[in-house]
Amino acid sequence: MSPRRTTATAGRVLRQLLHDPRTLGLIFVVPCALLILVKYVFDGQPTIFNSIEPMMLGVFPLTIMFLITSIATLRERTTGTLDRLMTMPISKLDFVLGYAIAFAIVAAAQALLATWLVIGWLAVPVAAGGLPMLFGAVLGGFLGTSLGLFISAFARTEFQAVQFLPALIFPQLLTCGLIISRDHMASWLQTFSDYMPMTYSVDAMKRVTTETQWSSQLTHDFIIVVAVAIGVLVLGAVTIRRRD
Amino acid sequence: MTEPSVHLHHVTVRYGATKALNDVTLTIPSGKIIGLLGPSGAGKTTLLRIVVGRLKTDNGQAKILGYPAGSRKLRGRVGYMTQSVSVYPDLTVRQNLRYFATIMGVSWSRIPDYVKEVDLADQAKQLAGTLSGGQKSRLSLAIALLGDPELLVLDEPTVGVDPVLRRKLWEIFHGRATKGTTILVSSHVMDEAAHCDDLLLIRRGRILAHDSPAALCDRTHATTVEEAFLKLVEARR
Repeated sequence: MSPRRTTATAGRVLRQLLHDPRTLGLIFVVPCALLILVKYVFDGQPTIFNSIEPMMLGVFPLTIMFLITSIATLRERTTGTLDRLMTMPISKLDFVLGYAIAFAIVAAAQALLATWLVIGWLAVPVAAGGLPMLFGAVLGGFLGTSLGLFISAFARTEFQAVQFLPALIFPQLLTCGLIISRDHMASWLQTFSDYMPMTYSVDAMKRVTTETQWSSQLTHDFIIVVAVAIGVLVLGAVTIRRRD
Repeated sequence: MTEPSVHLHHVTVRYGATKALNDVTLTIPSGKIIGLLGPSGAGKTTLLRIVVGRLKTDNGQAKILGYPAGSRKLRGRVGYMTQSVSVYPDLTVRQNLRYFATIMGVSWSRIPDYVKEVDLADQAKQLAGTLSGGQKSRLSLAIALLGDPELLVLDEPTVGVDPVLRRKLWEIFHGRATKGTTILVSSHVMDEAAHCDDLLLIRRGRILAHDSPAALCDRTHATTVEEAFLKLVEARR
């Protein structure tokens, strides 16, 4: 492990994004546009909108960061740059952490914008206030980044990587309690969703909206999201092979 | 310098049922330019990936600069230029070099030297993705040169390159070799042999010959390396 090499990698990834303004624009514009879309989908049902919109904030950054990270790291594997790096004095964890830090910064900026939009502009009442909500959105994005880093190891092409979105994220989307409260699902599905990280990301958003006090369950939600993100990140470092 | 740069001892690599390398034994002394010549699919890239430590042997041992291939101590001491241009297209030439220099622990103040060596000074601020093919491969070479490694492993650096650039690249390689760097360079173009001190002819995972170009032609009564290669293949039948 070397902090210099980790930060150099993070800086490099950010610099790459800066040279790709269209991607950067999409990262910020897409979740905001979707959040606004939801507003008009529930045009006649403001109460439902107010409870759904914060949960979306637990879903969109996660999904978008997942997709971006998995493609970015897959590109590194297929273009030969990772090949080259692995003959150099950089540890695999330096590499993975560099990516995680870079995309965590992007996720934070994205979450800041989206949270401001939800609270400031769309005027969704949030009982716990903006800060816990922002925190939850950032963690969601970070979780997406970790999952994307990890999953890119199992894809050989971009076509495969893109399909991990419906394969891995959609089931979580369906069972996380966003569409319907989890106690209405089949019991085995409830158990399934107990093990899925998005469940906790969305549950945290629910609590932030409805509970004025920071509850121990909220802490519990956040801890699970962070723990899964870090665990998956370490797994991501393990899946990089120095020697085939 | 008594330690050979590369020493392979009965190395075999299998991809499924096929043997990409079949019982290869060879020793490369330091400070020479060694051409690894053979048709595509002969096992050149596999052999080079063994040397840089990216691939494990199924049988046999590979020792590089006195250490087992892939050893942590070798990281940064062997420069590797992959066959594909492994640079970041969405970074400038300078940003590419700065990143890899930091990873290699090379001071940024040395970067202009490398940029000059590969003749990219005018393109330093240009995005790598917008460079011409030849410029990209020179950037890729500059990255392999960072830290002045004792051993340079170059996978087909001159393939698809115009004659002017090819001559330029060989000038760079010779410049490095006179400073004592060992260069292992692969090609499927037999004409490249003239630039090498020694040749390794490879076909179907086996080394056909390991000799200087002159000795090789002498021994096979051939006028060109290509002819020598063909005679060696026929002799094996």
